[in-house]
Amino acid sequence: MIVGGISIRELPRKKYLLPGNSSCPGCPEALGLRYLGMALGDRVILVVPAGCSTVIEGLAPNYSMRFPIVNVPFASADAVASGVATAKEVLGEDAVVVVWAGDGATADIGFATLSGAAERGDNIIHICVDNEAYMNTGIQRSSLTPYGAWTTTTWTGKKERKKDVPLIMLMHKVPYVATASVGYPMDFIEKLRRAASIKGFKYIHLHAPCPTGWRFDPSLTVEVAKLAVETGMWILFEAINGKVKISPSSLPYRDRSRRKPIRDYIKIQGRFRALTDKELRKLESMVDDVWDTLIKFT
Amino acid sequence: MSEISHILPLSKPKEGISKTGTWRLKKPVIDHSKCVKCLMCWLHCPESTIDVVESSEKFVEVNYEFCKGCGVCANVCPVKAISMVPEG
Ligand SMILES: Cc1ncc(C[n+]2csc(CCOP(=O)(O)OP(=O)(O)O)c2C)c(N)n1
Ligand code: SF4
Repeated sequence: MIVGGISIRELPRKKYLLPGNSSCPGCPEALGLRYLGMALGDRVILVVPAGCSTVIEGLAPNYSMRFPIVNVPFASADAVASGVATAKEVLGEDAVVVVWAGDGATADIGFATLSGAAERGDNIIHICVDNEAYMNTGIQRSSLTPYGAWTTTTWTGKKERKKDVPLIMLMHKVPYVATASVGYPMDFIEKLRRAASIKGFKYIHLHAPCPTGWRFDPSLTVEVAKLAVETGMWILFEAINGKVKISPSSLPYRDRSRRKPIRDYIKIQGRFRALTDKELRKLESMVDDVWDTLIKFT
Repeated sequence: MSEISHILPLSKPKEGISKTGTWRLKKPVIDHSKCVKCLMCWLHCPESTIDVVESSEKFVEVNYEFCKGCGVCANVCPVKAISMVPEG
């Protein structure tokens, strides 16, 4: 399979996420970390605020990854990354400094330093690994939990909509903003390589269906990720210097009639079990609204 | 590095921190005669526990010491060469 000029056969086989780590079976964050290694390999320095990925690393004196990692408090992540990137530049050493942060760390707790680094144009990539809740602490809602989804703090389904962080980052007028999904690895790898080739602040939002928190069978991580795209619930796009281009895998779904019913996506996840028909219609209209807004920037 | 490593919690990469193969409820079994060498299972394995061996008998192989049995590989295989067999 060749996507965007990258062939699976040419991807490096070196393991950056090591077997024997403590991710749940079928974990999307584990998948994302593997793709990051395949895309950028030894050039990566990770900055990780607390989240499932911290647990996947494991406890000192050993850890289950081959990236150099700085573990940091939530609200400092992008500021620390800016410092690391500047230090590497002063030393004249090549590195791609990547903030690997959950949806809570990105959209809620760490948002101030994320916005600050974007505004300063610091030379880092921020990846938001969006499993749509605070999973590591036991599935609490975040501002990226979608409307209608159960979490341990939204027993009857979340009443508010999902915050549109990729568009908020686009409005920071940074050189690169993209969305990706663990169900489309070649697209994600291509976007990571493109981001690494651009100087300045880059933002990639990785959709990461989590079997533990979303209540689906761990064998379905990739299917659920694909259904999110095929139903239009998640839109893959890329924006270089502010110009939005819908990515090939999402392009057919610009046309509403070609999208699979959102019901197909939600019925295989326990977290939407209590969603009423009225709420489903509201969710559908929210999805149309997200598309309409995004298309204005294309 | 060595003189500060006893004061700072510096960790080193290590493969196989836990024997996660013991978590498995079902085991992926590959029918190598069906395998079309597309690498989809290797690409989508969340654990890095599918290795590309490219020998005459088999193209890919599962590392059962660490495979957690999630079953993603069986679902992404386009020719259904992987079946999930309950552990005994
Ligand atoms: C300042 C601070 N507040 C709270 C916590 C507890 N905490 C650890 S991980 C976590 C949730 C992280 O959620 P998210 O960023 O979505 O990542 P995920 O666990 O889903 O990967 C929280 C609240 C903390 N470590 N530090
Ligand atoms: S809770 Fe979800 S994101 Fe966290 S380790 Fe488990 S599967 Fe991965």
